[in-house]
Formats: sequence, C-alpha cells, structure tokens
Amino acid sequence: MLRYANPARFMQLSAALLPWLSGAAAALIALGLYLGLVAAPPDYQQGDTVRIMFIHVPAAWVAMMAYGVMAAASLIGLVWRHPLADVAAKAAAPLGAAFTALGLITGSLWGKPMWGAWWVWDGRLTSFLLLLFLYLGYIALWNAIEDETRAARAAAILALVGAANLPIIEFSVDWWTTLHQGESIVRAGGPLISAVFLWPLFAMALGYTLLFFVLWLLRIRTEIFERRARSLMLEGAP
Amino acid sequence: MPLRVEIASLTAIRGGRVLFRDLSFAVEAGEALCVEGANGSGKTSLLRLIAGFLAPAAGAIRIGDVAEAEERGKLVGWLGHQDAVKPQMTVRETLAFFAQLYRSDGEVGDAMEAVGLAPLADLPGQYLSAGQKKRLALARLSLCDRPVWLIDEPLASLDASGKRIAAEMIAAHCGQGGIALVATHEPLGVGCARLSL
Amino acid sequence: MSALVLRDLSLAARAGGGAALALAFFAMVATLVPLGVGSDLALLARIAGGVLWVAAALAALLALDRLFQADFDDGSLDLIALSPHSLEAVSFAKIVAHWLATGLPLAILSPLLALLFGLPAPAILALFVSLMIGTPAISAVGALGASLTLSIRRGGLILPLLVLPLISPAVIFGAGTVLAVLDGLHNGALPLLGAFSLAACALSPFASAAAVRLNLAS
Repeated sequence: MLRYANPARFMQLSAALLPWLSGAAAALIALGLYLGLVAAPPDYQQGDTVRIMFIHVPAAWVAMMAYGVMAAASLIGLVWRHPLADVAAKAAAPLGAAFTALGLITGSLWGKPMWGAWWVWDGRLTSFLLLLFLYLGYIALWNAIEDETRAARAAAILALVGAANLPIIEFSVDWWTTLHQGESIVRAGGPLISAVFLWPLFAMALGYTLLFFVLWLLRIRTEIFERRARSLMLEGAP
Repeated sequence: MPLRVEIASLTAIRGGRVLFRDLSFAVEAGEALCVEGANGSGKTSLLRLIAGFLAPAAGAIRIGDVAEAEERGKLVGWLGHQDAVKPQMTVRETLAFFAQLYRSDGEVGDAMEAVGLAPLADLPGQYLSAGQKKRLALARLSLCDRPVWLIDEPLASLDASGKRIAAEMIAAHCGQGGIALVATHEPLGVGCARLSL
Repeated sequence: MSALVLRDLSLAARAGGGAALALAFFAMVATLVPLGVGSDLALLARIAGGVLWVAAALAALLALDRLFQADFDDGSLDLIALSPHSLEAVSFAKIVAHWLATGLPLAILSPLLALLFGLPAPAILALFVSLMIGTPAISAVGALGASLTLSIRRGGLILPLLVLPLISPAVIFGAGTVLAVLDGLHNGALPLLGAFSLAACALSPFASAAAVRLNLAS
C-alpha cells in the first residue's frame, strides 16, 4: 500500500484509475437517477417528493464518509508524517463541505413539501449543519496558517478532534430533538422497506462515492502538480 | 555519564533553505562555545535544535546520554533573544515565578543582587530598559539552575557593566562544570571555543 | 503548576481587568435578547437557559486567543516548555486559569441575569450548576482552539469558528438542564453535560500540547 503513496507512483496509479472510476461513477449516477426519478413509483405518503431522497440521502452519506477519509488521512499524516496524506486530507475537505451543503439544500427542499417549512430543526439536518461548520473551520485553518507543514499538522489535530467529537455532537443533537419533540415534527422519510426504493438509493450512494473519489484524486493530483510547478519556478529563479 | 553536548552530522533546513549540513562538534563540561555567523546563518536555529524545539532534518544531538528532544530540554537553561518579561510583573515576581516553575533552590534576592537589579526589585517590567530586561533574563537563567546554557545574543542592549556581568556569569557557570553555547556577534570576553556558521 | 495558574490569574487581573470584560459582555448580551424578542416573561423564561448558555459561551471565548499567544509572542512559552513540567500539564494549568478567570465568574453572575428572564428559583439553580459544570468544557476546547491558532495573525477571528461547533453538545445539555427543571422532567442532561466536560478537560491538554509543540517548532 505504501508503495502507492510515493507521489510518482501515486500519479501513475491515479492516472490509470481515473477514467474507469469516472465512467463507473457517471454510469451509476445515471442508473440511479433513472431508477429513482423515473422507474420507481411515487411513495404512498409523500408522492413524488420522495424522489429528492435519492439525491439527499447519498449526499449525506458521502458527506460523512468524506470526514472519515479526512480524519484517516490526517491521522496517517500526523503519525507517519507522509506529505501525501496531508495533501489527501486537505483535498477531501472542500468536497466534504460541498456534499454537506448539497445534503442541507436537498434536505431543505425535501422539507418544504413535507413539513411546510424551508428549514426544520430536525436532528439529522441540525447535525449536518454543525458538520458543515466543522468542515469550514478545517478549511479556514488550512488557509490561515502560512507554513504548509504547520498548517497540515494543525489541521490534522483539528480533524481528529472533530472526528472524536462528531459522534458526541450527533448524540447530543438527537437527544435534543427528543427533548423538543412536542414543538416540531421530526424524522424525515418513512420506512423504506420496498426494494424498489433501495436499488436507486444504492446506485446513487455508490455513484456519489465514486464521484467523491474521482474528484478527490483529481484534487490531489492538482495539488501535486501545483507543488511541482512552484519548485520548478523557484529553481529557475536567479 | 559526564556532561557533554554532542552534535553529530546535524543538518538543518528552515523554510526550504539548508542552514547547515553535516555539522559535528562536541562541548565538554566546563567549556563554552561561541557560535558566530551572519544574521540568518542558523545560530538561533542551532540553539533551538539543541533545546529540542526543532527537529533536525538529519543528524543527532545528545546532552550527556539524553538524546530525546523533550528530555534534553529539561537540561537546558534558555536565554533567547526575546526577553520574556511581562510588563505587569515586577522583577521580583518574574524571578519568583520562574524559580517556582523550575523548582529551583536559588534565592531570588541573590540573583537580583548578582545582576545589579536589587534596587529595581519592585519595578514592573514595563518600566525596565532593554538592558535591564536582559539582566533580568540573566538572573532568571542562573536561577533556573540548568547544566547546559543556550544563550542567544546575551550582549545585545547591555552596557559595559552589563556585559561584564554576563561574561562573569557564563565564566562562573562553566567554572562549576556547566556548559554554555552562546550565539553572539561580539566577542564574549570569556575564553571560548568558536564555531562559525 | 499552581505557579502558572496563579501567574495567569494575576496577569488577567492586571492586564485585562480580569473577568470584568467577560462579565460585561455576558450581561450585555443577556440584556439585548429581551430587547430583540420582547418582554413577555413567559417566553423569556422558556428561552433563558439557551440564551444565557450561548451568551456565556461567547463571553468565555473573548479572551481565549490570548491564552497561549501572549506567552508565545514574548518568548515565555519557550521557557515554560523547558521547565520540569510537561506541555500537557502546562495546557491543563492554562485551562484551569482560564476557567477561574472567565467560566467561574460567569456562572456566579448567571443567577442575577436569570432573574431578568423571570426564571423560577429551581431553574436558576439548575442554570448555575450547569454553567459551573459546563464552562470548564468551553475553556478546554477553547484552549485547543487557541493553541491551534497560535501562529496565525488575527487568529482571534477564526477561533470562534473552530471552537463553537465543538462545544455545541455543552450548549445543548446545559440548556437542557434548565429545561428539565422548568418542565419537571428528568432528562439526563446534567450527567451528560458532566461527562462531556470531563472528557473535554481530560483530552484537551493532550491535543493542545501537540498543537503548542507544533508552533514552538517554527
């Protein structure tokens, strides 16, 4: 595994993988969209608006997974001091933030027909909002520290603390929704027992995941190219 | 194991620049080493490496038989080019704080006498001149009672009598078997080996 | 270690007016909210727990960026790091000092402000206890934020963004404690708050020390 961490090897491997991953991602998302938006029947309770779920839930899943990727890369960077791990963590953050934002927006769009409001303080949405802030803080920290190595380590510490805190935050928000249950209607989505709903969901989830990896690999490659370009420029200077 | 500072094949890289490469030397108990070099040549970095704040790009540093960075730090008496004097704390309070923090047996009064700050004992730091703050730092250094002194530009902002006091303190410290590594632009007035970066 | 705590406390008193700034901010926010939402005491009593908790959290954040920064800037942190004490112990001492200078005074003032919101006496007690137990968590997480942002110019701006999401459980449980008393329930908020505070205080010194080490190497 560590063989592929070397930048040159990584560049070769990622260049080889990218076309396949992109193709698979595109195909799965297309499949998922077809199954979800066209083939699947409307929900008996929510009608057609349930279809937003196929865009919302996978986005939420990837948003969480991205944080896991970021935290794992941070840990590797912190313990083994591998520069590629730092780049990987940095690259994952804006993607995670974007998927979180997508989850929030689609959740809000889903909420309007469901609960009649653009935003509800639903447990899941609220946890998500906090997750978005965790991402933003992480990105801000990277940008604020000038020295790359120091920024990487500081951000890694923050990512790990956030990862440890994330289950606690979710638990506390869940607990909070039970506390305030009388004042708002919670729990998005009905029971999804029908296979007709599960297939598009899986396809979209897998498609989004692959999409994340494609974009992530692209961002890492871009960062490596940028660093190379910078060293070349510095070497060429008198 | 007797006290000695040992540097082996030390390479330091800061901000992408190689400060020095493959540096090796040793300083025995009772010796002083003056580190000379232009600004930016790495004198401060060398001291910070020995103190364990920085990690070297290559090479090893030992004090006695202690190699690990943070453990080495516990053997170091530090006088950096920042004076670490709080404007709101008096001379006596500053010294008392560090004496307590370093669990020192030294007497604050004696330390103040030695550097000529006794009359200013209850003056808050904000009223001290640069030279007086440097003397305060010297007093603190001796109070902290550490075997290896790492000193960055001790003579800066000191007047003639202050410089004499600094030289005497370093000589006394080495005379008692301590080690002093001093980064300095000017001649110290103490017999010391010289290292140019 | 008590030397460091005492020194930080006396510096806070001499340099920054001690807890005065945080207390004034706390009181000001508590005053602004009724101005914003209206003087209906029934409503105010309902939101008091949350409002006062948020106000206390913000007030505690005020002086945080100086927690390590002042010592870092004047070279004291170098000397402290070389002392016989571990950086973890130093971080813990800083957390204690910060709490004594901000969290504790805020908790003590809170009953007075709770009166402005028409909270009944048992709820005021709950608020006071929750702040006493919960504000250490704010100091602990705040210390982590302060140590991470040490080298940043104007790092004080990014500090709240880092710290506030991480202390959201404390706000939730803290306000929940007050609500429990108002509604006559046992919702387990206080033990949860205690657990969170304990965990934060136990873990933050390690993370903060790592961040301090990182910044000393610059």
